[in-house]
Amino acid sequence: MVEIESLKKWIELYGEKVTENKEHLNQLDSDIGDGDHGSNLTRGAAAVKEKVSESEYENLSDFFKDIGMTLVSKVGGASGPLYGSAFISMAKQAKESDDLAVLLEAGLDGIQKRGKAEAGEKTMVDEWIPVVEALKENNLTNKVIEDSLQKTKDMKATKGRASYLGDRSIGHIDPGAQSSAYLFESLLEAGVLNG
Amino acid sequence: MTMKKIMNNPDQIVDEMLDGMAFAYDSIVERIPETKVIHRKHEKNGKVGLVSGGGSGHEPAHAGFVGKGMLSSAVAGQVFTSPTPDQVLEGIKAADEGEGVFLVIKNYTGDVLNFDMAKDLAELEDIEVESVVVDDDIAVEDSTFTAGKRGVAGTVLVHKILGAAAEEGYSLKELKELADKVIANLASIGLALKPATNPEVGKPGFELAADEIEFGIGIHGEPGYRREKLQPSKDLAAELVNQLKKEQNWSAGDSYALLVNGMGATPLMEQFVFMNDVKKLLSEKEGLELSFRKVGDYMTSIDMAGVSVTLLKLEDPKWIEYLNAPVDVIGW
Repeated sequence: MVEIESLKKWIELYGEKVTENKEHLNQLDSDIGDGDHGSNLTRGAAAVKEKVSESEYENLSDFFKDIGMTLVSKVGGASGPLYGSAFISMAKQAKESDDLAVLLEAGLDGIQKRGKAEAGEKTMVDEWIPVVEALKENNLTNKVIEDSLQKTKDMKATKGRASYLGDRSIGHIDPGAQSSAYLFESLLEAGVLNG
Repeated sequence: MTMKKIMNNPDQIVDEMLDGMAFAYDSIVERIPETKVIHRKHEKNGKVGLVSGGGSGHEPAHAGFVGKGMLSSAVAGQVFTSPTPDQVLEGIKAADEGEGVFLVIKNYTGDVLNFDMAKDLAELEDIEVESVVVDDDIAVEDSTFTAGKRGVAGTVLVHKILGAAAEEGYSLKELKELADKVIANLASIGLALKPATNPEVGKPGFELAADEIEFGIGIHGEPGYRREKLQPSKDLAAELVNQLKKEQNWSAGDSYALLVNGMGATPLMEQFVFMNDVKKLLSEKEGLELSFRKVGDYMTSIDMAGVSVTLLKLEDPKWIEYLNAPVDVIGW
């Protein structure tokens, strides 16, 4: 069972990480996309921080829903609806469960329903799938997060803008997987799992 | 090189453009306050609403096609960036006349995701929504290994035909069937002489030498399929027509609608010259019946110099009527 206070800390840490690494995310995105992933997420993170810090939450569902709707309206591009769908899907699941593995699995489901990506297509899903699996087995570590991220390097993109590059997308880390890795690193740092 | 544009703060460029447009044409459209939605003033009369939109920088698309007989509302994103679902939802709500709303989406990952999400949000508000994704750009190969062909100038013909059909009273389901048929017969391809400069970026999206042109360019400066030295209009036209011929496999006598579209910084003089060359190839050499013709800036790419050619095979003679039906919009 998770506490809203530690989740707030998680989301705050995530925002900080994204903001600190804005240029890195932009660069990864310039390599195989349109170069604005870091800027877009930084804008979204600032809006989420403002929204979440000024609100009191009585339940998890409202908390996730606020995050999702804020990301959807502020981030834009493809990552806005994808991250937004993850949190909105978690909001729906939070009405029935407060188990983090179950919630994040619902989040993954939301991303896949929206973006129609399967494993191995060089997308954020390639970070989410192994993390959700590890969470279910209670052994999410930074190594799981980092290894999954590095694996996207050798994949060929078949979804999103990077897919037009075909083989030329190989050799680059997927920017969506990188920003997802920050999300899960923050989860460990915030101590949500210890709560 | 310094960017030279009539603008204030690039962050405000879309807002200021929408305000200017709504003021200049206040008998046709209005801007829904606090949104990026341009909505028609035409009285609601219980028809299916038609909504489109996308990144800004393609003017007159899409707000220029809002009005009686075409779009009910258009949603503008930042320059070359899809509008967000909350904004699209506002466009859908404004367009709803009780019979549902039909969305025309250009095939880019961001647009498809944001519009799909808006569709889900609208359904939560009990508005029935259907949609179609336009992917007419044959410069990009369609395969299951990419995000598919891009949506370009042919989208405007989809707006026109569906707009006329909606005005005639087509149901949501009938519009969907019509849209699928039209898109299956639609193909476009373009070329660029000079790249566009996004005001939010400040430098050209790609480089072209002074004497170079690029075939197959996208409307956001996406790479095309070949660069060559600049050549006479008739040779440029022959290249694009050949590509379209491979795709559409026509026979002499087939009936087509033809749109020659300027990319934003192409003088009309050049567009008419190009049209004349396209006509010679299609009508005199290939023997096609060009039952509907149009030239001008319809789906631009900011200040890109170049043209695109769109051909729609007129499978149903009714489509010619729809293309010719009167409209009250800014940009048709």
